Amino acid sequence: MSEQKKSTAPDSGDGALWEIFVQEKQGAPHLHAGSLHAPDAEMALQNARDVYARRGRVLSIWVVPAVAITASSPEDDGPFFEPGNDKVYRHPQFYKVPRGVKVF
Amino acid sequence: MEDNAKMEQFQQRIDAGEKIEPKDSMPEKYRKQLIRMISQHAHSEIVGMLPEGNWITRAPSLQRKLSLIAKVQDEAGHGLYLYCAAETLGIDRDELVQQLLDGKAKYSSIFNYPTLTWADIGVIGWLVDGAAIVNQTMLAKASYGPYSRAMIRICKEENFHKRQGMEIVATMAAGVPAQKKMAQDAVNRWWWPSLMMFGPHDSDSPNSGVLLKWKVKTKTNDELRQRFVNLTVPQARAMGLSIPDPNLKYDPETKNWNFGEIDWDEFYQVIKGNGPCNEERIEARRKAHRDGAWVRDAAAAYAAKHADKSNVA
Repeated sequence: MSEQKKSTAPDSGDGALWEIFVQEKQGAPHLHAGSLHAPDAEMALQNARDVYARRGRVLSIWVVPAVAITASSPEDDGPFFEPGNDKVYRHPQFYKVPRGVKVF
Repeated sequence: MEDNAKMEQFQQRIDAGEKIEPKDSMPEKYRKQLIRMISQHAHSEIVGMLPEGNWITRAPSLQRKLSLIAKVQDEAGHGLYLYCAAETLGIDRDELVQQLLDGKAKYSSIFNYPTLTWADIGVIGWLVDGAAIVNQTMLAKASYGPYSRAMIRICKEENFHKRQGMEIVATMAAGVPAQKKMAQDAVNRWWWPSLMMFGPHDSDSPNSGVLLKWKVKTKTNDELRQRFVNLTVPQARAMGLSIPDPNLKYDPETKNWNFGEIDWDEFYQVIKGNGPCNEERIEARRKAHRDGAWVRDAAAAYAAKHADKSNVA
């Protein structure tokens, strides 16, 4: 099995890799749309408009250098997220509702 | 050597319908197959701009011209989505682009046919994009997350392509006899190459087995081709156009339109580089790449200059 090799070689002209996040509705979160190459942030923004916002719908775009993103790794799956998995008392269903009480 | 237990684990994830993400462990062959497939797909989008770009200056009305420019721009965008998806597998876009320019990369054989009349632009939207949608709707469910997400995005946009093509064809088919003749001639030339887009018969498709096993594909070439024929024949009839296949016949039992044998010699000739436009297409790509060099250089120089300034400040 092989792991992903992230290229660290200097780019040969297309510019660095940028990750693009777009907001499609007012009040909605910015969601990852994809990535693209650009030599600087300004061009990344312009390219992102052309590549990921050709049909209206987009209200706002974030461009983030791909190298600036630190991600959890799949091997972390167990121990890293464990603290969130073993606390049933964080969920409302854990608690008993008194008889005759309407919750909502 | 791949670790058997890990292979087993990977197959279990696939069988459970899980999506594989870039940083996940995956068999080297899965990665290689995906790079091959996604990059060929990306190249097809990029080369696919050429036969249509050919007609932008000659579109019959301003509205048709605007639509065609928008469609060609979409194809460029689709190529970019796909190159990005390929890059998540650890290959650089530059390397893929270079393979295309060197004539080493494959792309869909359909784009090596010439666009002789305006009717070809309609028929490409209707048949070629129609066939692509059938294929891509399946690929939107591919097991590799970034490929699947790129496909979902592409499928949403591809329907406009098909509809604008169909409108052109329908308009001509309902026009004066010369227009109808032109539309029929385009159908006659593009029908068989469109069927070839789905690739060789399942029995002759070297990669199908492993792609199905890993759920990169969920339907075979022949299944997809049949689905396309079943969708398209009634559309052609509704527009008063005929399909150039004397063996085309509806089977009420299977509800399939049975069709004649594809000329596989022609298919393999075009793939080998002997199609009508192979050289012309690659040369056009090389020229576009050369002519765009100063833009890339200027953008890089501008970015470098401003990066220096911000360091000083």
